[in-house]
Amino acid sequence: MRVKSETVTETMMLNMGPSHPAMHGVIRIILELDGENVVDSDIEIGYLHRAFEKEAENATYNQVFPYTDRLNYVSPVINNVGYALAVEKLLGIEVTERCKYIRVIMSEISRICDHLTCVGASAMELGAMTAFLYMIKAREFLWELLEQVTGARLTIAYCRVGGVKADLPENFEQEVTERFVEVRKVLNEVHGLLTKNRIFVDRVDGVGVISKEDAISFAFTGPMLRACGIPYDVRRNHPYLTYDQIDFDVPTETTGDCYARYLVRMEEMEQSMRIVEQALRKMPEGPTNVDHAGRIMQPSEMVDAAKVGKTRDMKLVQLELSPNLEGSERQQHQQVNALAKNVVLPAKEDTYGNIEGLMNHFMLIMEGWGIRPPVGEVYQAVEGANGELGFYIVSDGTDKPYRVRVRPPCFAFTAAIPTMIKGGMVADVVPTFGSINMIAGELDR
Amino acid sequence: MSPEQQNNAQAQLPQVDGERPALGRLHQQFPEAILASHSYRGDDTISVAGDSLLPIMQFLRETPELSFETLMDLTAVDYLKMGKSPRFEVVYHLYSLTHNHRLRVKVPLPEDLPEVDSLTSLWKIADWYEREVWDMFGIKFRGHPDLRRLLMYEEFEGHPLRKDYPKSRRQPIVAQRT
Amino acid sequence: MGVGEFITSKLDHAVGWARKYSIFQYPFITACCGMEYMGVACSHYDIDRFGAGFPRFTPRQSDVLFVVGTISHKMAPVLKTIYEQMCEPKWVVAFGVCTCTGGFYDNYSTVQGIDTVIPVDLYIPGCPPRPESVLDGLMLLQEKIQNQKQEILPKAKWRETQSSVSRLL
Ligand code: SF4
Repeated sequence: MRVKSETVTETMMLNMGPSHPAMHGVIRIILELDGENVVDSDIEIGYLHRAFEKEAENATYNQVFPYTDRLNYVSPVINNVGYALAVEKLLGIEVTERCKYIRVIMSEISRICDHLTCVGASAMELGAMTAFLYMIKAREFLWELLEQVTGARLTIAYCRVGGVKADLPENFEQEVTERFVEVRKVLNEVHGLLTKNRIFVDRVDGVGVISKEDAISFAFTGPMLRACGIPYDVRRNHPYLTYDQIDFDVPTETTGDCYARYLVRMEEMEQSMRIVEQALRKMPEGPTNVDHAGRIMQPSEMVDAAKVGKTRDMKLVQLELSPNLEGSERQQHQQVNALAKNVVLPAKEDTYGNIEGLMNHFMLIMEGWGIRPPVGEVYQAVEGANGELGFYIVSDGTDKPYRVRVRPPCFAFTAAIPTMIKGGMVADVVPTFGSINMIAGELDR
Repeated sequence: MSPEQQNNAQAQLPQVDGERPALGRLHQQFPEAILASHSYRGDDTISVAGDSLLPIMQFLRETPELSFETLMDLTAVDYLKMGKSPRFEVVYHLYSLTHNHRLRVKVPLPEDLPEVDSLTSLWKIADWYEREVWDMFGIKFRGHPDLRRLLMYEEFEGHPLRKDYPKSRRQPIVAQRT
Repeated sequence: MGVGEFITSKLDHAVGWARKYSIFQYPFITACCGMEYMGVACSHYDIDRFGAGFPRFTPRQSDVLFVVGTISHKMAPVLKTIYEQMCEPKWVVAFGVCTCTGGFYDNYSTVQGIDTVIPVDLYIPGCPPRPESVLDGLMLLQEKIQNQKQEILPKAKWRETQSSVSRLL
């Protein structure tokens, strides 16, 4: 029987989110459906707007670090590094060679964590719970590694303007090697579980496609752009830190669909591990544990001595610090921080032990003094886990930034969701959304 | 990726040497519209007049020697507390994939008429960026198809990133329990 | 103690025991704490040992609302709706310092503690709380569920509810 021509069909509106089981992020997608096909859609964001930019205007330069952690909370170190580099560019200072390598190592470990979460979570949304559990297990190994260095698992605020909080612990290289063996095992397993799995491939192959032109017009960067076949990577095109001395590939695919993005992310994890291994090898010698005076002193003793004015040899004495400050002893402090007294806090031995150190510390902490860059503006981009993460900072010469703007990489992807899902099925929304790795903290700031 | 492919990739994206090709070309083309230009800490910056923004952007995008295909970022700054006049500045960050260079374009806007042309006709991403700037700063974009708030809710009054908006003035939409 | 009282208190105990080991949770994940929540829920820390390993992604089938992450003023109405959709008995856990007090976000867009929007039973501070403290919190919640007066409707009340429901239908 032929359908009568006057049959009227109506489209249906369907709301997804902002708290939806198949979406690991707070975003609302309003779909206009014709049967199961997506005719049109609208995106509503801002459910996690936490006023990062306003908070940053009211904090001193170093106080902004904890806020940057919470932008892309899956790879906090990269945000730290990006912000630190931007402020350092504004100040015109450069950190030590060892510090640069430490930042590279920590950023890449973070990137692996981010990709593990992204691939795992998007696989879970398609029903592949096993892959998710495996990948979170691998992430847990890396988080423990991060915890050894920074003392926290997730929101770690590791960088400072002009350096990092503490040097790497002993045996770090060995730990990394051991954990990377585990991570590689997991990646192999996941490759086995997903890459040629018919069910998975059917759901992602040819889904959520975006053309090269659209990708450029939407200012895509990172894995999403590379999945379209454009090998743009900030680490390669505008090398910062020591990425120009390290050998790594920028993986690309050509199809621009969810499967391509999955493959690019899987390959990038391998490349990140390569980078970490090389950086560990190339890093200049670690701290020399030679004690100048050959005498170890308790902090209280030292303070007592200082009170009666015996500070003459203090600079030469190694102090025993509390375990929380491990890695930031004087020798290590010099290795990982820039030589700029007006920016970097003195080593804790100096703060506790002699008047110069105490005053230096005080001047940097006191409101209205602190780090005061010259009047000006800079834009610094780093390769975040999702793409180009840019910090645009305007300084008015005081100790607080006048304006901090973040260029969030996943903003562009989210804006492009309607283009990517148009014409597809409702079920395709889920893999597409999973593959863009939207992180609400970064998207809404 | 094979080594050959990688070489190709690098050939596509050559490094620009220290010269500033963008600035010279632009000065020739639009002598009046360029208000100022400088290069602080290696970031090339130009200030342009609001009414010629659209042709300048088009020129920057379409001239082969410049070809800024990507609008990396769009934001604004409120200079109220720095005492600058005019009060607002809209800041565009452009990037060229072909030539691998960057340019910052700024448009100063007065307080009583914060309006500038929309770039939605050139870049698709400009849509959301402009909505965000409207939401946060109250700067209007002429010709934008759908200028709604992006991050805040419709009931919200004022523009929170303006310097005269107090940091913790809240406008809850559900009744607060005590 | 009379016999009736003895029976009700024993029944209370039994129901509490059953309830505390079958926590169906609704994770209301918004922000960074969600990453830590994933860590807790996965195999490494394994909250299944506490009978809470089964997240239900619909509020109508769950007993405990885990509010994980910052709540903004834009999100607050959604949170309230979800809370109202849950059936009694229900508990609310504030996971992370943002949900407890607003944390270090004190600005125009964040809610200063979700207890300004919905009632809260348990606060787990930390930014984000470590998995160990989440497990600790979960045990405290179990204790609370065990020790509280269990709301079991008496027969007459039950019939009343039934009839009012059928009247509605
Ligand atoms: S408590 Fe801390 S980690 Fe948790 S959501 Fe708030 S800011 Fe993020």
